[in-house]
Amino acid sequence: MSVLEVVDLKKRYGETEAVKGISFSVARGEIVGLLGPNGAGKTTTISMILGVLEPSSGSIRIARHHVQYDRTEALKATNFAAVYAQLPGNLTVSQNLHVFGHIYEVPHLEKRIEEVMQEMDLKKFEHTKSGVLSSGEQTRVTLAKAFLNKPQLLLLDEPTASLDPSSAQLVRQKIREYAANGGTVLWTSHNMHEVTDVCDRVLFVSHGTILLEGNPRELPQQHGKKDLEELFITVAREPLSLSD
Amino acid sequence: MSPRRIYAIVLRQFYLTRDNATRTLQIFLWPFLDIVLWGFISTYLEDVSGGEFIAVLLGAIILWDFLSRVMTGITMTFFEDVWSRNFLNIFASPMSISEYVTGMVVSTIGTSAIGFVGMLLAAGVLFGFSITAYGLLALPFLLILFLGGVALGIFGVALVLRYGPSAEWFIWPLPAVVAPFVGVFYPVETLPYWMQLIGKILPPTYVFEGVRAIVAGKGFDVSSLLIGTVLGFGSIALAYAFFVRVYRRAIRTGLIARYSAETTA
Repeated sequence: MSVLEVVDLKKRYGETEAVKGISFSVARGEIVGLLGPNGAGKTTTISMILGVLEPSSGSIRIARHHVQYDRTEALKATNFAAVYAQLPGNLTVSQNLHVFGHIYEVPHLEKRIEEVMQEMDLKKFEHTKSGVLSSGEQTRVTLAKAFLNKPQLLLLDEPTASLDPSSAQLVRQKIREYAANGGTVLWTSHNMHEVTDVCDRVLFVSHGTILLEGNPRELPQQHGKKDLEELFITVAREPLSLSD
Repeated sequence: MSPRRIYAIVLRQFYLTRDNATRTLQIFLWPFLDIVLWGFISTYLEDVSGGEFIAVLLGAIILWDFLSRVMTGITMTFFEDVWSRNFLNIFASPMSISEYVTGMVVSTIGTSAIGFVGMLLAAGVLFGFSITAYGLLALPFLLILFLGGVALGIFGVALVLRYGPSAEWFIWPLPAVVAPFVGVFYPVETLPYWMQLIGKILPPTYVFEGVRAIVAGKGFDVSSLLIGTVLGFGSIALAYAFFVRVYRRAIRTGLIARYSAETTA
């Protein structure tokens, strides 16, 4: 069963077409990497899935709820973490989690906050203002918020970008556990080793379309490349050489 | 509408106000300074002319400040999200626009009420002012001013959403722009006819006309209060419609998504 269904999604800004008819679905328990060079349309696609950008055409369904027409129900089943969306720095970790716990109507909130703080190793920062934490610690707070409502769909836009290798490894492990328990993840990252390690499937986006799709451990060989990073560089520099 | 999501906005404002002395202080400081300044001006004018300046002038400034506080409460709640780059977290959540706006309004009830009581106490202790001079009409007066402040606040927030955080300077003087038309310190008849026409569609006009009528010992027409109340609700509906329109445009153009991304250090 698909948790996320994107059908013929397009976004136009005047004459510029940022996303040109993307279609894909992500099944329950699957971790899918949305990859591509800067400006390929990844963040535009994620913004449309999150309901903060209106598509020019096409449809998005999350847990069978149409994002445009049933936004609240669709986004109740979703959460996200992005490097450019840290939580307010003037609230403590605990206060941020309380505020967002109510926004997502999390049941048994106190217990759940304790759980995510333990999982993200944040207990010692419980009463610390988020803004004074290191960037890696702030990312863990953002991830704690993303896990708070046990979302069916988790959108992660470069979630490990500011983490040290140890913290990044912890986060990857949590995401794998989350998917093993039936969670669905759409992940963007520029770290190809991480993507190879974590994702079940990848979608390569270039110039607003999906250029390639497949298993990240098999796809490079299928296109005569050494690894995912080499394939990524080819997508970024010579996408036409792969379009067949 | 989810009460928990509305509560989340109120809770956030509570945390911020409780934990930050400057935020707590601003609830009292500016109103107190207004009371001191206008209290002495009123006292001086009473001494030299013998009129009821404490009741009229100081009363007017207390009521006008209440409206301004309500507007500020609404806009400050919104600015917390602008300043902390929290737009994406809020608007990419199940929070609906009506819940967000309701949260802003409910948040401001507490702060504006506390500020108002502080002003009444200061005006009473320092200058012998008592709002009981207005009798039971004080309640509808406050309601109309609250509605007017909410409408002004939502309108201001929509302007910032439309033109970006740099439009912040534009909304703080909004009460000063409205003040001349609603006759805070003088009868509306003093104004040129075209200004009177504008004043007649602004809810606070009916409050300040009422204050002057009561202090002058004249009766006050209840229908005027009803008109003021209807105009208050009407202005909120218009301001909300404007906000929704601006929000939809921001969703269409991608402004909401970029509000955070573009300001990332």
